[in-house]
Amino acid sequence: MESLNSATFDAIRLLATGDSELWGIIGISFRVSTTAILISIPPSLLLAFMLANGRFPGRRLLISVFSTLLSLPAVVVGLTLYLVLSRQGPLGDLRLLFTQSAMVLGQVALCVPILVAMGHSAFQAADRRAWETARTLGASPLRALLTVMHEVRFGLFAVLLAAYGRIIAEVGASMMLGGNILNYTRNIPTAIALETSKGEFSQGIALGIVLLLLAFGLNGLLHYFQGKGRFAT
Amino acid sequence: MHLSRLFKYTAVLTYALLPFSAIAADVDSSKTLRLATTTSTENSGLLQDLLPYFERKTGYTVHVIAVGTGKALRMGRDGDVDVVLVHAPAAEQKFVDEGAGVKRVKVMYNDFVIVGPADDPASVSSSTSGIDALSKIAKSQAIFISRGDDSGTNKKELSLWKDAGIKPQGDWYREAGQGMGKVLQMSAELSAYTLTDRGTWLAYQTKSPLKITYEGDPILFNPYGIIAVNPARYPDINSAGAEALIDWITSPDGQRMIGSYTVAGSLLFTPSADTGHVAQEKAPAGAAH
Repeated sequence: MESLNSATFDAIRLLATGDSELWGIIGISFRVSTTAILISIPPSLLLAFMLANGRFPGRRLLISVFSTLLSLPAVVVGLTLYLVLSRQGPLGDLRLLFTQSAMVLGQVALCVPILVAMGHSAFQAADRRAWETARTLGASPLRALLTVMHEVRFGLFAVLLAAYGRIIAEVGASMMLGGNILNYTRNIPTAIALETSKGEFSQGIALGIVLLLLAFGLNGLLHYFQGKGRFAT
Repeated sequence: MHLSRLFKYTAVLTYALLPFSAIAADVDSSKTLRLATTTSTENSGLLQDLLPYFERKTGYTVHVIAVGTGKALRMGRDGDVDVVLVHAPAAEQKFVDEGAGVKRVKVMYNDFVIVGPADDPASVSSSTSGIDALSKIAKSQAIFISRGDDSGTNKKELSLWKDAGIKPQGDWYREAGQGMGKVLQMSAELSAYTLTDRGTWLAYQTKSPLKITYEGDPILFNPYGIIAVNPARYPDINSAGAEALIDWITSPDGQRMIGSYTVAGSLLFTPSADTGHVAQEKAPAGAAH
């Protein structure tokens, strides 16, 4: 068995030499997860805002439901969507199983609860008067919403990072829905699972390092914005 | 101004993420072929060696989904893949008999071996047959790790226990529910015995402290078959692509490539298609590989 040291060394070498298969896998991960989060953001944040500021029947139930969905195991999302998208399932005619679209769907299902539940908390931190003032001054609802979002932008950035962090790192749903097809649906987490099962630990560690670098970059971005905010206000 | 700053943030974030984003475009389905196969053909690197030639020659793109044999057949039965390449003759026959598949076509074979710790505490290496080897493991209560995942290897293992008249249970018998590679790793960590296909073992042996403790019994024969999913059941399945793959993999060209594929200097599979240069499927000579 290889030692951890040599695996890590190999990992750095693979990254540095631009191993094309490795970078292809990284690209698929980013494409799928970014598409998923871009699709999820608008409806989720709108719902989060309504849950924080609206008063309508079923509101508390919805909040509980989305908070509960935070603990949904990725593999259960994968299995459920697998059965729905399988040819035998209700949406089988779309032939989406084992495509990137299926992976996007799985990741949307995983990140919407985070965006809604944590977004709801973030919006609750906003001063209600921001919305009222904007509306009184004649702002359209959309424009007033943007004002409130600006008020709680740091909280919202943290929510986005948490959601992106979950879907870029999840393996259960992507494995079931994408099928781990090389050059098509093999992303960083499923590749790590595969390389580990093959005993190719250095490839697995290399991919793990990529994920960590990504997380580090995203966190850096957040801190950059937080820093700006502190000095600007 | 609040809004302009918000837009600036949004713009920065969008630019940061844009290069990676694209709506997942689906590929032309008539030129895409879905192959469900076992981890042994994928993990050994055979398919990655073979398929690019087929793709270049025919213009098809093959999407390989590597799972256990049981799950691969299930995907075929559900019409979620176009063709299956697996190794469990009895289950394959059932798959064809119930109308899920068109016809089982022989592709290649290798054999199963029983690997275990180098000091061989159950003296498996002195066994007279595959059945005897398993009996020795059961009698000495040496740890045995079973795939436990309804894969072809798992089916084979269970049928061997049945032939031996042993109901494997107890502390020494552990069902991992994992792929072959993982089970070999676990066996190494636990100094356990396990049944593995020779292909995966060859790919692993340099990384493993285990050794082959028993091999060569014809009962450990491991044939692979390829079956097109029945287009009568699923009219829009890519049966033309499935036929093209079957034709190619059993052609002299495909068979020659299978027969010359090596890992670390060892041949992994012996071609056995009727149209290939090896006409007869026969039991391997074990250590001859």
